[in-house]
Amino acid sequence: MLNQQAKVLISGQQNIQLQVQEYSRLVTHFDIQYHQMIDYQGNPVVSPLPAIATDRDQLIQLYQAMLKTRLFDKKAISLQRRGQLGTYASSLGQEAIGVAIGSIMKDEDVLFPAYREYAAQFLRGVKMSEILLYWGGNEQGMNFQGPQRDFPICVPIASQAPHAVGVAYAMQLRGEKRVAVCVLGDGATSKGDFYEAINAAGTWDLPVVFIINNNRLAISLPQNKQTRAQTLAQKAIAAGIAGEQVDGNDVLALYIRIEQAIDNARRGAGPTVIEALTYRLCDHTTADDASRYRSEKELQENWLYEPIKRFNLYLTQMGYWSDKDEEKLITQCKGEVESAVDEYLHTPDQASESMFDYLYATLPSSMEQQRDAVMGKETLK
Amino acid sequence: MTEVTLLDAINMGLCWEMSADPSVVVLGEDIGLNGGVFRATDGLQEKFGQQRVIDTPLSETLIAGMSIGMAAEGLKPVAEIQFMGFIYSTIDQIISHASRLRNRTRGRLSCPLVLRAPFGGGIHAPEHHSESTEALFAHIPGLRVVIPSSPGRAYGLLLAAIRDPDPVIFLEPKRIYRLVKQDIEDNGEALPLDVCFVLREGSDVTLVSWGAMIHETMTAAEQLSASGINAEVIDLATIKPLDINTILESVSKTGRCVIIHEAARTCGVGAEIAAQLAEQGLMSLFAPIERVTGYDTIMPLFNLEKEYMPSVERIIAAVERTLEDL
Ligand SMILES: Cc1ncc(C[n+]2csc(CCOP(=O)(O)OP(=O)(O)O)c2C)c(N)n1
Repeated sequence: MLNQQAKVLISGQQNIQLQVQEYSRLVTHFDIQYHQMIDYQGNPVVSPLPAIATDRDQLIQLYQAMLKTRLFDKKAISLQRRGQLGTYASSLGQEAIGVAIGSIMKDEDVLFPAYREYAAQFLRGVKMSEILLYWGGNEQGMNFQGPQRDFPICVPIASQAPHAVGVAYAMQLRGEKRVAVCVLGDGATSKGDFYEAINAAGTWDLPVVFIINNNRLAISLPQNKQTRAQTLAQKAIAAGIAGEQVDGNDVLALYIRIEQAIDNARRGAGPTVIEALTYRLCDHTTADDASRYRSEKELQENWLYEPIKRFNLYLTQMGYWSDKDEEKLITQCKGEVESAVDEYLHTPDQASESMFDYLYATLPSSMEQQRDAVMGKETLK
Repeated sequence: MTEVTLLDAINMGLCWEMSADPSVVVLGEDIGLNGGVFRATDGLQEKFGQQRVIDTPLSETLIAGMSIGMAAEGLKPVAEIQFMGFIYSTIDQIISHASRLRNRTRGRLSCPLVLRAPFGGGIHAPEHHSESTEALFAHIPGLRVVIPSSPGRAYGLLLAAIRDPDPVIFLEPKRIYRLVKQDIEDNGEALPLDVCFVLREGSDVTLVSWGAMIHETMTAAEQLSASGINAEVIDLATIKPLDINTILESVSKTGRCVIIHEAARTCGVGAEIAAQLAEQGLMSLFAPIERVTGYDTIMPLFNLEKEYMPSVERIIAAVERTLEDL
């Protein structure tokens, strides 16, 4: 087709043969790999499995982190329903992604979450009570006592991606072996912030990893209405960086691939985009009703593939896990969640004037009057 | 002492602070090898290297966003947006993140960045190259907005902006980049970020302006003095936070106030000054406050830009109106 057009275009010129050949030739081509280790029935799909697949203690830690996140999530929704929490964004069905990220990142790395990465945040030392405070309307919840340099939850979609580039640049400039990890939704990959960030990350070979939680929906919008691209990972190709897909419900595959990407970033081998394919089993947030745009059938089908059950099957098959272990773990996690809720509910509200406390390093004197007015010291002139 | 232009002063300030503080980095489009389209960063890359003087992709959202990350991670980024007309795609980053990172994390993270941009009209530039939209940023809690109007103040205010622990939008009046030269000492001394500068003392009327318009305002004040009218001229310089006290003090002496700005009239910074004067200084006023501003129109292409911009004549006419009731 192209060749025919070329012929028409250049007819009348000499050396037609040569120019037609030049007109259309393959310059380069790309592939996107998909990675999976354990299928939804808990069966290994590769052999040999990596060492971690037979490391009982480590496997159980992954399992425990997923389960704890799910129980936290359930509790948060029930608090919201009882009027004890504001709008809450659940991570139901997507726990494996956060768990893999949080298990691999080092303390000195920096996480840039969107708002469904509780699992990663917990593993990094963010307290469950801090997440509850945040969704409960108390800004103190973003003053993490654990990972001091991690960014808070990011609501304006994709806007955290350039921040990760800046932090990674600072790390590289100082010659530190640290890594920035940025998590985004599938919808976020349509934003300029994302493209600008991956492009620049490639330009400077920065120590940053972008992980896309492709839960197939951006509120109501399915992926095929978000983009014509067959994969989101391929967006990395345009930025000249590595891109790949991983089964986002397979915590082992996630662990191995994210570990590789973070290692690459850490040793200066450049950034990666990982598209983790999962499914949002919850409403978008507690303020949403997904039944308006998603069929019950689609939802039920996707429960088949969710990450916790599959990993439980694998652990059980390997003889690492019993019903009794499960029971014990649930009791333990529930206890942790309950005490976090307790801490949350007993945290005093912020003082009214605290809205002025961190506006600037030092409050400009021209604003003191407004602050006094809030404190009831003076009426606002 | 060296005699320098406002543009040289910016370069000197950047150079001083990059030498003094290794955490200062400079980034933007064409700012390295090319030294910036106005040459504000000329020679910096040679001196401080490509890692600290960073040519970024053509990516304004990225420039603002990565500066936020850098600042949170302990660097002191000074980012250049090539012209204010291209600053708008940074606004989400600036409003949603830079201005509130300290607040949202209750002081755990902060955002000491400077976003520099040449602004204003009068240089026969193409479309989108003559904007004066400082009020957009002045409206945002958590930001500082600074506009120098002389080489000395450019140097001192830029140093203060870089050293400030919070985000500063630093707008440079490009029409006067090379207009006047001034002797300044390259001594690393910063100026305060929250006071106005009284450029000329007078007893009859207070003229408040900033940026390139200071030039017309001073010319008007001189012409007025020839006819026996003594104007006090105040350079607002720090648009936010706004130092109303210096203006109030002046108006309590003169009883009249004319505010001059190049930006469009409605919701311009002049409106805020007028409102605060009405709230706190009404009793000192002998005449209604006057504003001499750009029109509420799109900045026209350059054939009409002279019509748009406040002129010495318009300033003098406004001053005369405030004196009419005498
Ligand atoms: C810039 C921006 N636009 C719109 C919104 C409103 N909004 C919140 S979440 C969301 C969908 C995000 O989808 P995705 O990135 O796939 O993340 P998910 O919620 O599926 O995890 C939208 C449109 C927003 N928060 N930010």
